[in-house]
Order: sequence, then structure tokens, then C-alpha cells
Amino acid sequence: MIYADNSATTKVKPEVLEKMLPFLQGQYGNPSSLYAFAYDSKRAVENAREEVAKVIGAKAREIFFTSCGSESNNWVIKGVASKYRDKGNHIITSCIEHPAIIQTCKYLEKQGFRVTYLPVDEYGSVSPEDVRKAICEDTILISVMMANNEIGTIQPIREIGEIAKEKDILFHTDAVQAFGHIPINVDELNIDFLSLSGHKIGTPKGIGALYIRTGIKIDNLIHGGGQEKNRRAGTENVPYIVGLGEAARLANENMAKNIEKLTAMRTALVERVLKIPYTKLTGHPTNRLPGLCSIIIEGIEGEALLLNMYNEGICASSGSACSSGSLDPSHVLLSIGLPHHIAHGSLRLSLGEDNEPGDEIKIAEAVEKVAARLRAMSPVWENGKPMWE
Amino acid sequence: MYSEKVLDHFSNPRNVGELEGANAVGQVGNPKCGDIMKMYMKIENDVVVDVTFKTFGCGAAVATSSMATEMVKGKTVEEALKLTNRAVAEALDGLPPEKLHCSVLAEEAIQSAIADYYKRQGKDPKDYGINVCDGNCEHCHAHK
Repeated sequence: MIYADNSATTKVKPEVLEKMLPFLQGQYGNPSSLYAFAYDSKRAVENAREEVAKVIGAKAREIFFTSCGSESNNWVIKGVASKYRDKGNHIITSCIEHPAIIQTCKYLEKQGFRVTYLPVDEYGSVSPEDVRKAICEDTILISVMMANNEIGTIQPIREIGEIAKEKDILFHTDAVQAFGHIPINVDELNIDFLSLSGHKIGTPKGIGALYIRTGIKIDNLIHGGGQEKNRRAGTENVPYIVGLGEAARLANENMAKNIEKLTAMRTALVERVLKIPYTKLTGHPTNRLPGLCSIIIEGIEGEALLLNMYNEGICASSGSACSSGSLDPSHVLLSIGLPHHIAHGSLRLSLGEDNEPGDEIKIAEAVEKVAARLRAMSPVWENGKPMWE
Repeated sequence: MYSEKVLDHFSNPRNVGELEGANAVGQVGNPKCGDIMKMYMKIENDVVVDVTFKTFGCGAAVATSSMATEMVKGKTVEEALKLTNRAVAEALDGLPPEKLHCSVLAEEAIQSAIADYYKRQGKDPKDYGINVCDGNCEHCHAHK
């Protein structure tokens, strides 16, 4: 089997598991306890905080552990909204955010907030000028993702951060797909809040974090005990936090090497697959995540495509309606201007550091085989082209 | 999420392709919804002697097309018209709830092909109680 769905989740790294194991076995002390037995837990949590902070150029005390990326996103959006609602009720985000942002914003709209969902261009890029134009005196937050989870486009975060700073508006970025995969420096990019998740970089599912710039206050999402400096209640998930720390350390250490390797493999994969007629790469041609590519194969439905890919031994995903259980294909593919009948034929392949050189060729061969097979049985494919051509 | 039978019919679909000498052809669905089924039949003396399909759609759409062709082959036109989407879904050991509309499409593809058969004979399909897909996705999705 070739796993090419690393944007969905990643394999737990053996080094990560090894660091976690003592905290799943003998070292079960509560970091809040005051006796020496629990110190190891406390120390391990703080070491992990340090490692996570290093990846984004932050200070350890600016990292707050959460249960997942969605919690981080919920926390920042709801926490800013309730803290600053006297100052304003307007939030700016983009129309291609993850549902953890979009649905949270929809919820806030029901509470009386106004949300601007900025459009994107054909590559899925937000225009910084659009951000500037959307700002009004009621704007309390700008939230634009660092890299898109479906098409891989990296957003102009630096430019948006400059505008946010100039206008003195809080700026959040959902970096779940970017963290540990591309260089990030929260100071250089003027980022006030950053969401991240562990299972995209080799931890088990169920651990995330939110970076909050020193001095910025937001309301809590989870109320209770005094953990995480009174900002996120709940006994610390010590083993998973330790795992996130180790995964962050490894991601940082190997980032340059992985970017080079995955960019080369993804480029070769895309080049080969695009030789199939009536195919198209979605997302920005160059300004994109190293390992992710989303390809449209016209005349084929995406779920059928990925089930067939699995029959060929390859794990992938799709933005088609059928793969999401709704009537519409992914909001991201529609937002970049693809019509429904084209967006149904999407295939997302996301390579990770466990992929071996040569996998990209095997994947491309499988795509060729599957595309030919499904097009041969497609009533919308005739004489070597789709009926809408 | 899919049964073994669905995966089998999806991975090894029966009766795929166009059918030479077909005297009944029907197409239902809409590319906007992401599923289109085309059914080809050869009908002799009111018996479906051969049937094939082409489908643009998800795994469930392909599997229900394949199963439906197996279920109507050799049947009289009257029997074929009685085939329900539930019967097709049951023959596949069930479909996930959100995929039931795919089986509706299979039922309607059969009806559409037989409607074409009647039309070619100068008969009105409505006289035989045939409802044909109107190309509106909501129509199928409301069925379930």
C-alpha cells in the first residue's frame, strides 16, 4: 500500500511513540501535583511547549495545548468575538477556510456578528487588497489560513499580517496544514494567533495547540481548573503533549530536507498525471505546500476514482460531493471557480516524508490506469473527451 | 462503509459498456449532481434479452447500475418495470443512507430505457406508469 493521504492524517512516528510511552505507563503523575513524582510530567509538558514554540519562532509561554486544530480554531474565533464584542462585531475570513473556521463563523453570525468571507482567485489565493477593503471600524479579527488543506495554496500571510498590524486588528492563521511543513515565524509574519495540530506531523489524533501572542487577551473556551495558565482548563494530556513536542522537534529538524524531497516528488507526480488529457492541477502552480496536489480528472467522479485508487493499493481523497455525503462538491473547488461537473472529478494526493522516491511514479501509473478504466465506462466521456467540451 | 457486494460490483462491474443492436436506451441524472447513468437494452418479444450500462458516478452508483442490469436481464419488460431501488439496494446487502439516491437512479435508468422502447413503438410510456428522471438532483435525493 502507498499512503498518499498525509493531509488527512499521518502515521505516528516511531520516535514520537517512544517518547510518549513512559507517560502512558509508569509516569502518570498529574503535572499540577506538587510532589516530586509528578515533576517529570510537568517538565515533559514544558519541554514540549518549548519545542512547539521553536517551530514558529514563538516563546514557550505563548503556546497553549488543546485537543485538536478544530478546538484551537473555535477558541480563537469565539474567544476574540466574546472578548471584543464591545469594540466591534465584524470578522474577516476567507471562503476556503476549513469548516472549523467557517462553521464557527456561521455560529457567530447567528449571535449577531457580521462575517466577511473573502473570495479567492482561480488559484485559491486571497488578495491582501481585498482584506484591506473589507476592514471597517467594527472589524475585530482577520482569520486567513496559512495553507489550504484541499488544494495546497499558501496564502499571502505576510502581506495580510502587515495590513492587520497597520490597522491594529488581531490576526489569526489556521496553520494546521502548514505547521512543521513550511517555515513560519510569527513575528516576521505579524501573526497574533496560530492554530496547529499534531496528527498532520506524526502524532496520534487528539492533540493541538494555539499560539497566542504575549499580551493579547481572549476569552476562554474551556472553563474550569487553572491549567495552561488559567486559559485552557482540563488536566493536561501529558503523553500526547509529549508526542507533539517530539513531532515538532523532528519536523523542525527535517523541514528543509523534507521540503526538497516532497517538492521534487510532487512535481514529478503532477507532470506525469497532467499528461493525461483533460486533467488540471488545482491551487497555485508554485506557491503551495510541498507534498500536496489536487488534480481534476474530467469525466470521472471523485469517489469512484479514490475507491479505484485504493484497489490499486493507493490511499487518497477527493473533494467530490459523494465523498463528502452532500449534494455539492467541496466549497474550496467551487470557490476557485470550477463548475460542479468538473469539481466532482477531484483527486487529492498528499505525500509525506514516509513516502519513498519512486512512489510518485507508481501513483501516477495507478492514476493513468484508473482514469482510463473509469472513462471507458463513463457516459459523459465520448471520443476521447468529455461531453461538455 | 460499503458492503462486500457493493465493493465487488464496483470493482468488477457486470455488463459494462455500450450494447450493439440495443433497441432501448435511457439516460438519467445530471453531471451537476455528479451522477449519470445510461442503460442500453435489447428487448425481444417484451423480454430483456441483454442489458448494459455506462455510469459517471460514485462507487454506489456504479455498483447499483451493475446489480440492476443483472436483476433485469432475462426478465419481461413488465417485471423489469417493477424493480425498485430498495430491491437493488437489498441485493447489494444494503447501501449507506446517504447513498440510497444512487439506487433510485438505477431504478429510473431502467424505466427510462423501457420508456424509450415504448416510444420507438409509438406508445406513450405514461400509459405504462413510467416516471422518468427530470434531471433535477433534489428529485432523486428526496426519494430515499
